[in-house]
Amino acid sequence: MGTVKIPIGPQHPALKEPESFLISLDGERIKDVGMRLGYNHRGVEKAAEGRTYIQNIYLIERVCGICSHSHSTAFIQAVEEVAGVEIPKRAKYIRSIVGELERVHSHLLWLGVAGHEVGFDTLLMYSWRDREVVMELLAAIGGNRVNYAMNTFGGARRDLDKDMLERILKAVDVLEDRTKYYINIATKETTLIKRLSGVGYISKDDVIKLGTVGPTGRASGISRDARKDDPYAAYGEVDFNVITDTHCDVYGRAVVRLLELMETYKIIRQLIKNIPDGDIAVRFPRRVPAGEATSRYEAPRGEDVHYVKGNGTDKPERVKLRAPTLANLMSVAKMLEDDNLADVPIAIAAIDPCFSCTDRMIKLEHSSGNSEIVTWGDLRKRSIDFYRTQHGIDFSELNKKYRGNL
Amino acid sequence: MKRPGKMLREVLSHLTKKPATKKYPAEPIKLPDGFRGRLRFYPEKCVGCKLCMKDCPANAITIEKVGDTFEAIVNLDRCIYCAQCVDSCNKKALEMTKQFELAQIDRRALKVKV
Repeated sequence: MGTVKIPIGPQHPALKEPESFLISLDGERIKDVGMRLGYNHRGVEKAAEGRTYIQNIYLIERVCGICSHSHSTAFIQAVEEVAGVEIPKRAKYIRSIVGELERVHSHLLWLGVAGHEVGFDTLLMYSWRDREVVMELLAAIGGNRVNYAMNTFGGARRDLDKDMLERILKAVDVLEDRTKYYINIATKETTLIKRLSGVGYISKDDVIKLGTVGPTGRASGISRDARKDDPYAAYGEVDFNVITDTHCDVYGRAVVRLLELMETYKIIRQLIKNIPDGDIAVRFPRRVPAGEATSRYEAPRGEDVHYVKGNGTDKPERVKLRAPTLANLMSVAKMLEDDNLADVPIAIAAIDPCFSCTDRMIKLEHSSGNSEIVTWGDLRKRSIDFYRTQHGIDFSELNKKYRGNL
Repeated sequence: MKRPGKMLREVLSHLTKKPATKKYPAEPIKLPDGFRGRLRFYPEKCVGCKLCMKDCPANAITIEKVGDTFEAIVNLDRCIYCAQCVDSCNKKALEMTKQFELAQIDRRALKVKV
């Protein structure tokens, strides 16, 4: 039998976000994986150019629903470097504590999703119940469960008082206890080990070649972590290990994430023990001088890179962000080679993908090489014409009626 | 020891425990102190500098002069509850409340004077 092509996505029950994978199959074996980005493109980089720096904090924070603190910190670090502002030490510690709590919630969320993708829904239910501990903590710290809004230029927006630090320590004890339980499950439960071992294999050489970051890279034996390699915030002053694994498969990625949680608790305890007194923010100018900066941040999913170029006004000239999923996505095609079709959901989920962080615009060019610019009005007219000629549906009346509202 | 059914004991032990889920609409939810909900405006403190309007990432707030005092009109559907306006205000004329059940059937009802 010849090759069969099966599209998975953009809308598919196994994927939580819209993304298109075209899978070439020989029987049950995957021969090739094609990917198409762009279903979630929101134009955040362009939108950032039209907003002031202060407005951009909240725009960039909403790039991702899980690592909101990662994106805003990476952006703010870059802007602070352009402006040449040094933030108080206490603010650095607060940023690190919130960043680590975010890692806890992200990794516990991933554990649940991975359990769900392999049909182990019990793990999903219990790990997400325990994740509530850290979610409620983050809500108490920042005032919201997802977008904590703890960052501002020149420091942090809210202080962590003594009671709150005590509360964090207590929650960390509970979470550590539960994480030990999940490590025990992941390393002893035979059904889980057998389902995850050997799935989504990617060798160390391929990881280097494809530029894979974060736990996906570390599970293939690459010891790379922006917190260790290029310490930002307060990470230069804490002692922790970079967790690596040599399984190179989905099982290895699960083990790396779980063991990383233990390191995270270690980091939080050290940060709280050594947090200095003092101001939490310094004054920051509304106009940022001309200049450019790149900032690296180890988000729960991997290294997040932000580039900011200022031109002396209160708006940035260019903001560029590279979310960790964009770096990891190419490795999925390699991972899936010679795997079974049924391994697709867990292999994709194993990189902890966030497609709305990743999505890029695709520019289609004529074969003649001439490109054209299509205005919003043109595009609307074209789509109305398309439906009239191809499907016999006329949207022009509807368009006139709702034009003012859209 | 490696064996299947490792979570069985945990699962069975929950047969006698209370559910972990919250009965939210039936029972009111407990919100943290710093919760960011609907805005509250104190017109007597406002000096009309409009810094909140300038800094709002969602263009949700409008300050208007009515007679001698000021009025704040907020689009609750546009507001992203980031509390930047509260930070920007030098006179502490704005504050966040714990009110969060703001759904409406009619969109126009979300444009309110706070």
